[in-house]
Amino acid sequence: MTQQPVIQSQNLNHYFGSGKLRKQVLFDINIKISAGEIVIMTGPSGSGKTTLLTLMGGLRSAQSGSLVVLGKELSGISNTGLVKARRSNGYIFQAHNLHGSLTALENVQMGLEVHGLFDKKARHQKAAEMLEQVGLGDRIHYLPSGLSGGQKQRVAIARALVSRPKIVLADEPTAALDKKSGRDVVNIMHDLAKDQGCTILLVTHDNRILDIADRIVYMEDGRLSKPPAASAAAKVDKVATP
Amino acid sequence: MLGFLNASKRFRALRDRTPLGLLQLKHDRLRLLTAIAGITFADVLIFMQLGFADALFTSNTQYPRAIQADLVLISPQAKNFSNLRTFPKRRLYQALDVPGVATADAVNIGSKVWRNPQTREKSSLMMVGQNPDRAAFNLPEINQQIERTRLPDSFLFDQAARGDYEEMIAEVQQTGTAQTEIGVRTVTVTGLFTVGASFGDDGALITTNQNFFRHFPNRDAGTINLGMINVEPGHDILSVQADLIKHLPGDIQVLTQEGYVDFELNEIQSNSPIGFVFSLGSAMGFIVGIVIVYQVLSTDVNSHLSEYATFKAMGYRNSYLLGIVFEEAIILSICGFIPSLAVGIGIYSLTSAATSLPMAMTVGRAIVVFVLTVVMCGASGAIATQKLQSADPADIFS
Repeated sequence: MTQQPVIQSQNLNHYFGSGKLRKQVLFDINIKISAGEIVIMTGPSGSGKTTLLTLMGGLRSAQSGSLVVLGKELSGISNTGLVKARRSNGYIFQAHNLHGSLTALENVQMGLEVHGLFDKKARHQKAAEMLEQVGLGDRIHYLPSGLSGGQKQRVAIARALVSRPKIVLADEPTAALDKKSGRDVVNIMHDLAKDQGCTILLVTHDNRILDIADRIVYMEDGRLSKPPAASAAAKVDKVATP
Repeated sequence: MLGFLNASKRFRALRDRTPLGLLQLKHDRLRLLTAIAGITFADVLIFMQLGFADALFTSNTQYPRAIQADLVLISPQAKNFSNLRTFPKRRLYQALDVPGVATADAVNIGSKVWRNPQTREKSSLMMVGQNPDRAAFNLPEINQQIERTRLPDSFLFDQAARGDYEEMIAEVQQTGTAQTEIGVRTVTVTGLFTVGASFGDDGALITTNQNFFRHFPNRDAGTINLGMINVEPGHDILSVQADLIKHLPGDIQVLTQEGYVDFELNEIQSNSPIGFVFSLGSAMGFIVGIVIVYQVLSTDVNSHLSEYATFKAMGYRNSYLLGIVFEEAIILSICGFIPSLAVGIGIYSLTSAATSLPMAMTVGRAIVVFVLTVVMCGASGAIATQKLQSADPADIFS
């Protein structure tokens, strides 16, 4: 494992709105995430965690400061550059966001089709292998409507990881799941990521899964700060779950 | 070579692509059926309007279509068959000077009020005078009886004329003649034929040019309405046409037979209300189709907005999503067109059996309607894709 940072931000600021309504949501974010690290970002809701995640994933363009992801400066990048940058990341969302008209297999291979590197047969084969790895080998031809919440989230993980991305960005992946499914999902993410050597940045309020992290980053009011005492963090989490 | 390689690569990419539009449509069967039914309905509407329009155009250009001549001379001010204006008969003789011209004959057309012998009421008929030695129309029924028009004031009568003529028709069938009046003259109907009424006149009377001028004493006998030119075998019709245009003064139009029929059709389409009415009807069908397909596609885009945003977050370009919508539009247009073609053929044969209007599905019309359907669905798709802009990948994280 190299210690070369895959994500590095310097004095990153971000604003929403314009004119008099312009409001700063991120203040001087300086963070370095190394390859293979599993970082959990936590903090009260409205603290800017998701905004930071979308900036790193290339879903919004960074406005001021510097944000280098996989050696590419995302601050001031063109729209097409952003679209390209998105392809090196795998995303896992709170809602699974699977396409309802596609089977599990077809959903997963969409993660490969975007790269245009493999033909249909190869894509389907890789997707089937990936679903096998998340324990859904017997469900590959099911539509999302025929899968449970935990199974759908596992399909979403397979979709995010099938193209072997360097970075996985996850936003509350366990929020909609019960304790056991949530645990399974996190374990699968952890194992596959370690297998593939990819970096995971996970935003969560769920303190049941904090133990998989190599490092925990705490965010409050748009600034990275020291996490409060464990009990205080737990208290904040209880009232602040969105 | 490079371009070809590129194209084949693109084709492979297209074939390799997951057919998302198709899968999306298949997933929601009810929506698919609604869309197909809507497009079929719109297409049938368009087929009906075009079919009726065409039937009316055809039935109102029966005489121009039946003219058997290689070239037709008319006045530049001519409007349509029953309003051709006149030009000097001299032009016919001048035309005979042009090499390749075999014959040149006059046809005269006028509108005349006659008294219906059965009801004693007056109605307007079209009177056509021709050279009895060279039949003007390719209508065997008329040509077999052409000798019966040589006697003064004898006419062939269109038994498909609008109005009550049963008794007179029966009389002609039994005795061979029937008498009535045109103005102060007593005239004899010496034969019957079947063509049908037009917009302007209830029916037609066919006779010789000589008889014609008996009933139009005020017309200068040195003028005619239409000249028919036959070209000698071995001469090219188009080059004779060009020579005639060069040879004759500018107060004359020289048209081929097809050109003359087109002239008549164009007149009906652009200067009569039916052209407008049926174009409007077809446009309504087209708009109904756009509205239905737009409704279906925009609902479809709306209900997949979060999936589309996810695809954008994964790095898919906007054009990929546009492709999904247009794929759906094309599938819908094909699936909607095929049943409408079957329904259209069925309705055409029903209508033509019921109204004796000449209605038939032509390949040309089927192609026109199919192209319209694709345009219709494409336009709806283009409007529907505007909603795709609102699929913001950053939104799905919150």
